[in-house]
Amino acid sequence: METVTENPSYKLELTSSPHIHSRWSTQYAMWLVVISLIPAVITAVLIFEWYQLVIISVSIATAIGTESLIKYIRNRKLTINDGSGVITGLLLALILPPNFSLFGTVIGAVIAISLGKEVFGGLGYNIFNPALAGRAFLQASFPVAMTTWTIPNFAVDATTTATPLAAMKFDKIYTSFSPLFLGNIGGSIGETSALAVIIGGVFLIAMGVVNWRIPLSMLIGIVLFGGILWLIDPTKNPDPVFHIFSGGFLFGMFFMATDWVTSPITAKGMWIFGIGISLLVVLIRVYGGLPEGVMFSILFMNGFVPLINRFTQPKTFGAVK
Amino acid sequence: MKKQVTLLKEYTKGLWEINPVFKQVLGMCPTLAVTVSAINGIAMALATTFVLVLSSLIISIIRKLIPPQVRIASYIVIIATFVTIADLVMKAQFPELSKSLGPFIPLIVVNCLILGRAEAFASKNTPVRALFDSLGNGTGFLIVLFIIGSIREILGSGTILGFHIMPLTFEPWLIMILPAGAFLTLGLLMGLANFYVDHKKNKERESIIEKFRSSKQLPTIETEA
Repeated sequence: METVTENPSYKLELTSSPHIHSRWSTQYAMWLVVISLIPAVITAVLIFEWYQLVIISVSIATAIGTESLIKYIRNRKLTINDGSGVITGLLLALILPPNFSLFGTVIGAVIAISLGKEVFGGLGYNIFNPALAGRAFLQASFPVAMTTWTIPNFAVDATTTATPLAAMKFDKIYTSFSPLFLGNIGGSIGETSALAVIIGGVFLIAMGVVNWRIPLSMLIGIVLFGGILWLIDPTKNPDPVFHIFSGGFLFGMFFMATDWVTSPITAKGMWIFGIGISLLVVLIRVYGGLPEGVMFSILFMNGFVPLINRFTQPKTFGAVK
Repeated sequence: MKKQVTLLKEYTKGLWEINPVFKQVLGMCPTLAVTVSAINGIAMALATTFVLVLSSLIISIIRKLIPPQVRIASYIVIIATFVTIADLVMKAQFPELSKSLGPFIPLIVVNCLILGRAEAFASKNTPVRALFDSLGNGTGFLIVLFIIGSIREILGSGTILGFHIMPLTFEPWLIMILPAGAFLTLGLLMGLANFYVDHKKNKERESIIEKFRSSKQLPTIETEA
């Protein structure tokens, strides 16, 4: 708080209310998110190799550099301290393929920060999740490099490097539960291990950083829609458990969809948002041309957030219908 | 009475002041759709300029003969005539280019840039002025389409006008030759243009204030006694 008087000889500090402050700040929340991603980073290094740390550091450094540069050009205050640039860089790195080129990583981080966030006016004004926007750009630019996967370190039958979703879609091979859960599969750097992602996600919910409604509604949605399709034809369509633990669903559920800026603010809106994402994920995975659809589903629903917020605006207390 | 401007001004205003793409935001369809490469952008802009100049000239000459009730239909007939000429010439002389531009040459008929200049300028001014105005607009259109086409070609295919200029290790960004790349390029360029205009306006405003201040012409706020 800024004191009214700056004369140090006054004993009494005069400030306007409120006088009690919570320790919550954007900065505090953002560093909690970084902590929650540590298990995913550790498992990434275990499952793949040290190169993952290089990708992650390059991504974070580029994100911070781009943000500072844009703030400097626009003559604004530097906002690196709020940690949002670090988060964007870290999240972007964790959803890239393990062997992605560093040049591509740099492009992705620059696009994520500049076109995903700063072009709208910085943190709090962006419509789309910056990390996902960066990944969508890379996916459209380098479709081959973005779908080249690495054989995980502990692979017992390393005959294929396809992700479980691609194997399911194109070769009708189903991956069993235990590698899916531990992460011993092909996939993006940080999202292969369901266990690590769940640890981070539960930590976030327990600390109160993210609202539990969005993850829960997404879970219910995917069990519901995935289950319906599975019951219709269990031989062709994957079961809901596979849907939950494969691809980037859990990672997107805990870290992407729950982004404060790009998710609805009303409780009812969060339910609509989460269930909408799940519906799109199931539709893209089962009927779409791509094996995975979490990124596009979340980006698509991000676009609907202003509309959802408007429709689910709660009635003012005491207002007559 | 409107202030008369010089013929040169009628020409140069189309380059920047009322640039068809950046300022009037007209003719977006060819701007976005055909600028996959620099050569496509040039061809499209040249064809548009040809139609724009000749139809503006004709419309300006017969502007007093056209009854106001049917003026749009009349403009379209005139424009369509020149579009047909352009289309047939391109098909005969540059079949490859014509194929790559596809339906966008015939679609010049409904290009709002041409109809816009006809309605806003040619129908109210003398043929000579209409000629200079349409030439200026055509040149402005050409410059912007060339810039967008070049950016998309360099990043999307690593070439410019068909020549390889990027290092061999450069992996082309496919998104730049997809529709999304067109929107990104146009949006960023337009943002830069607006940024520049704002920047200049602020500078001007500051210099005016500074001038007033130094000559003490601004009334200073006096405190009440």
